[in-house]
Amino acid sequence: MTAEMILPMVLTVIAAATPLLLAAIGELVTEKAGVLNLGVEGMMLAGAVIAFATTVGTGSATLGIFAAMVAGIVMSLAFGVLTLTLMANQVATGLALTIFGIGLSSLIGSSYIGTPVTKLATLAIPGVSDIPVLGPLLFGHDVLVYASVALTVAVAWFLKSTRKGLILRAVGESDLSAHSIGYDVIRVRYFAVMFGGLCSGLAGAYLSLSYTPMWVEGMTAGRGWIALALVAFASWRPWRVLGGAYIFGGVTILQLYLQGAGGIGVPAQVMNMLPYLATIIVLTVISAGPWRGRLDAPACLGKPFRPAS
Amino acid sequence: MIRPLDRRTFLAGTAAAAGLTLASGPFKAASAADPLKIGFVYVGPIGDFGWTHGHDLGRKAVETKFGDKVKTTYVENVAEGPDAERVIRKLAADGNKLIFTTSFGYMEPTLKVAKTFPNVFFEHATGFKTAPNVSVYNSRFYEGRAVVGHLAGSLTKTGKIGYIASVPIPEVVMGINATAIWARKVRPDAEVKVVWINSWYDPGKEGDAAKALIDQGVDIITQHTDSPAPLQIAEQRGVLGVGQASDMKAFAPKSQLTAIVDEWGPYYVERTQAVLDGAWKTSDTWHGLKEGFLTLSPYGDAVPEALRASADAIKNGIIDGSIHPFTGPIKNDKGEIKVADGAKLSDGDMLGMNWYVEGVSA
Repeated sequence: MTAEMILPMVLTVIAAATPLLLAAIGELVTEKAGVLNLGVEGMMLAGAVIAFATTVGTGSATLGIFAAMVAGIVMSLAFGVLTLTLMANQVATGLALTIFGIGLSSLIGSSYIGTPVTKLATLAIPGVSDIPVLGPLLFGHDVLVYASVALTVAVAWFLKSTRKGLILRAVGESDLSAHSIGYDVIRVRYFAVMFGGLCSGLAGAYLSLSYTPMWVEGMTAGRGWIALALVAFASWRPWRVLGGAYIFGGVTILQLYLQGAGGIGVPAQVMNMLPYLATIIVLTVISAGPWRGRLDAPACLGKPFRPAS
Repeated sequence: MIRPLDRRTFLAGTAAAAGLTLASGPFKAASAADPLKIGFVYVGPIGDFGWTHGHDLGRKAVETKFGDKVKTTYVENVAEGPDAERVIRKLAADGNKLIFTTSFGYMEPTLKVAKTFPNVFFEHATGFKTAPNVSVYNSRFYEGRAVVGHLAGSLTKTGKIGYIASVPIPEVVMGINATAIWARKVRPDAEVKVVWINSWYDPGKEGDAAKALIDQGVDIITQHTDSPAPLQIAEQRGVLGVGQASDMKAFAPKSQLTAIVDEWGPYYVERTQAVLDGAWKTSDTWHGLKEGFLTLSPYGDAVPEALRASADAIKNGIIDGSIHPFTGPIKNDKGEIKVADGAKLSDGDMLGMNWYVEGVSA
């Protein structure tokens, strides 16, 4: 591997990590509030197809991105009504949401198969983007890549340093206590779920407008599930989600490059196993030794809220 | 809407079975008979714009041809393995008399289900095991890939041709080898760089593999995966590419040299006709360019006149039988002679191909 190969490889890693990061940071907030939404894959697909259809219809990628956020929110609201208001089982409802999203997106998308769209423009800053190496690395991306990092920073700050973030965490750790001191648990959870939907919608928009600018059915190819795993992998911490997304993306991309470089003598199947192997290793490391016991999943994760009164 | 129609056909069927003559004559009676139910099992979504899309066009051709004499059902996104058996069994139990299972990994599940439903006819795409009620059919994609190899070998500047490979089965290895052999006939130092993604369909990963290959100096991307993503990357990066299963020109108007286009419709129509006529027999069909199982889409602008002529000459040679893409001498990647000078690989050898030819780096 040569030096001039590293930069394009890093750019590819950033692209591969972005949809994972977007979806995972949204799910992190949802889970921090104590709600487990397994519908990420479905919401991503809905976001992807709506972003694509809107962009093709209006010619505006900006509108496409907004439409994807709205689509994600609408999907998550449906989930919210069922699990928060009607107290349906969160796991089953989340799975149903994914199945619904797959079906709905292929229905909406059927007339867009085989239609290309222009890739989302990069936000080039004249002068700065032309700096060798650093320019393309830091300033050569589209708006959703920056959004993914900005959202992570915002979520980390929100959860750690704001009163509302504290309330959200309290709701996820002990809904009854939060309720007893006067916080509206259901309301907080609705907002958290909607934020998760918004982020999944964005992740979908990134797939269909930037990563592979097209609509084909099932184009998420399981990335929603990887995002879900990523939240647990990151032990519910925003910065670890960021790191995890780049590790997952990085290992996947690295093995493709190593294969292309040839002559390393490792079977492709072993290489394809690397991302999962990395997951296991990291999980083992963080759940052993000095970090042991600090996996801390929100205590109320997945449990419906039933106030005693 | 559906229910009264079903009841009517059911009543008409019972009436005919009871030996009563219908006043409206034979034509009415024939159209009122139960439609032949045909099931299709797909490995991907019908909207993949690749493999499954192609099979679904075949299903639609059957519907267009036979109208209400047939009733087709399909199940998409069926994972190869135990899931497939469940789906195939369900289709057979639901009264489908003809079932097309369209991926290599459905071979054992198809055979297993076929044993318990001896009166249902099964058609398995790309397999090699038949049974009294199981036929197999496949397309000689490698014939198209030989032409692609010729185009790629003639047009590559770097001498490096990228190949995005799906899952390691002989079919895919055959495609890689056909591409490499024919590229090296015009560019003896050409190298076919292979990246396996171990999936038939993952647009994001297919695109990433294309990026990885292009970053390593490949200037032509070929693929054995089902989405247009690699071609799209080729277009973005200004290199050349080849479409897979469908004409993907819309995604790469400048880059696409040609596409290998699957044409399953005529075969599906023929087999449906055979069932309707009561003439279905077990068969092992492996057709190619000659029979129209695959075609090459019109050459793109990047293919100059002279090259079109030489590519057509190879295509026509394969069609008239004067050219066999795997004619010796062929060396493997260790430099040992695998096919002697002038010898041709047999179908059996090709279907079990598990070695790379010289010039492949994987």
